[in-house]
Amino acid sequence: MAERRHIIYDYLRTTKRFPSLWCPGCGDGIFLGALLRAIDKSGYTKDQIVLVSGIGCSGRITAYADFNTLHTTHGRALTFATGIKLAKPELKVIAIMGDGDAIAIGGNHFIHAARRNIEITAIVINNSVYGMTGGQLSPATPLEMKTATSPYGNLENPFDICNLAEAAGSVFVARSAVYHVMLTEKLISKAINKRGFAVLEIISQCPTQYGRRVGLSSAAEMMKWQRDNTVTVEKAKGLSEEELRGKIRIGVLVDKEALTYQQRLESLRESLKEQVGAV
Amino acid sequence: MKGALAAGCRFFAGYPITPASEITHGMAYELPRLGGVFIQMEDEIASLGAVIGASLAGAKAMTATSGPGFSLMQEHIGFASIAEVPCVVIDVMRGGPSTGVPTHPSQGDVMQARWGTHGDHPIIVLAPSSVAECFELTIKAFNLSEKYRTPVIVLADEMVVHTREKVLLPSPDEIELVERPKPTEPPEWFVPYRDPGTGVPPMPSFGDGYRYHVTGLLHDERGYPTSRADEVEPFIKRLFQKISQDFDELQWGETYYTEDSTLNIVAFGSVARAALRAVKEARAKGMKVGLLKLLILFPFMRRKVTQLMESSSTILVPEMNMGQISREVKRVNQGRCRIETLNKVAHEAMTPEEILGKIEEIYG
Repeated sequence: MAERRHIIYDYLRTTKRFPSLWCPGCGDGIFLGALLRAIDKSGYTKDQIVLVSGIGCSGRITAYADFNTLHTTHGRALTFATGIKLAKPELKVIAIMGDGDAIAIGGNHFIHAARRNIEITAIVINNSVYGMTGGQLSPATPLEMKTATSPYGNLENPFDICNLAEAAGSVFVARSAVYHVMLTEKLISKAINKRGFAVLEIISQCPTQYGRRVGLSSAAEMMKWQRDNTVTVEKAKGLSEEELRGKIRIGVLVDKEALTYQQRLESLRESLKEQVGAV
Repeated sequence: MKGALAAGCRFFAGYPITPASEITHGMAYELPRLGGVFIQMEDEIASLGAVIGASLAGAKAMTATSGPGFSLMQEHIGFASIAEVPCVVIDVMRGGPSTGVPTHPSQGDVMQARWGTHGDHPIIVLAPSSVAECFELTIKAFNLSEKYRTPVIVLADEMVVHTREKVLLPSPDEIELVERPKPTEPPEWFVPYRDPGTGVPPMPSFGDGYRYHVTGLLHDERGYPTSRADEVEPFIKRLFQKISQDFDELQWGETYYTEDSTLNIVAFGSVARAALRAVKEARAKGMKVGLLKLLILFPFMRRKVTQLMESSSTILVPEMNMGQISREVKRVNQGRCRIETLNKVAHEAMTPEEILGKIEEIYG
């Protein structure tokens, strides 16, 4: 454990005032720890990593980590990330978004970045709610759940973030929960090493704005809920439909190869160079 | 477009819109040949987001749009302003509001260019009136955005952008280019938003070894969010100060026949060209009329305009909107002379005859 704590301190900013702004029990800190350990194992230097975030509690993650960090506008993290990656392809660009951030206001950017296969690691921390603004329903809030803007229960169907990413063309799609911290770290590593648009959904908890409204009174209870309601892809294979009802599959859901936008652009430039040379 | 390439622009992200699509087409053709990046994004918000990202990674980057797209870009013009990211936005004005009259000329976006994004912020807005000025001012737009680390808007009206005329382009070595200030100290001493005395902090690119935080939240010298009054106010004031300290250098306008004129016209864009013709015809009829063509709209060139006011009995402001630049002229006038306006919102070109008619009416 001592060694593990040491790794995190290597990657946290010493100039940034702690404690963080997150509430006690928030999943963002657990995720940040897993992210830093995964980056440490990835072999990338701190100067090579660009961490981009949107708006919301998860958006604040970037300020604490000692990389090139960019805290953008609400929902637009992937647009900035696209610009960075195309202008300087040698950088490793990781975008961190919340559920409202990524699939409500940023939904259009999300599907188009996936369609283009821009090489970005897109991580969506899904706590099913808008935490920072006071617990309003998000496109990931399950049906019938009570939130600040659905006091009688949610009337809307939620998006399945991983299905959405897959349908939009992501070459890598995976899901974990902050309860499964080792799996989270492993999947972040895989997503970072993937050449292409890699989506990782992390199910997280917001005890302040969500848990208390849906009858889970503490962060620990919410994490136990994660434990009891998730099943690994490998284990799911051996289970019946009945047993899988209501369970959330975690692990790698999609992993395929395809040319990235950058690769296509580079070969276009090469062929244009030859044409110009021929003239 | 050629101006942008000559200025060193190698990144363009845009979204199709009339009447700015020609710029996008040209960039899509040229940039990959030059080893640059052209990308068509899913909307204008994304376009400017990608441009800002590319600029943070060290590229000179731009986008081009028209009214409806310019409305969407306001969000990120604000971001570029507070995070001090150089970028250039070309807005080819068309008839508005909303979808308006897409293929017809207008000058209705003047105040949107100035105040379109929320919050107090400075902005630089340039206004070409010819193809040659499109070239020159686009280079200047990049130079100013790099020098001051600020978004710069090139506000052209549809007629100017769709004009075909002969231009003599300077050779590349005649063009003066400005690059953003870069830090010289080692990374461990670097404080990203500390005023070095010029009001413009040095800006490293992502990947240069200076790991720092960029945010749209109001931030302290180190780049971290702050709400402390003693940090917020100096920050906003520095944003304004970095440009306002050079107001004297930013008085870009051309005067015609103002040596002895008492009625002077203040105009920009295609209207300035019609006005010049009207001035020449009025002179032929013996009227003492002059013209100041504005090449920079904001910061508004108070010094040059008030100088003209000192020698004028009347200032006439013709424009293709309900009176946007005339508000600025009235603001700096402070009783010096009479201000007359001529507004046309038919989304058709303002003609020399119309301006001449107004001149004769004033001379009356």
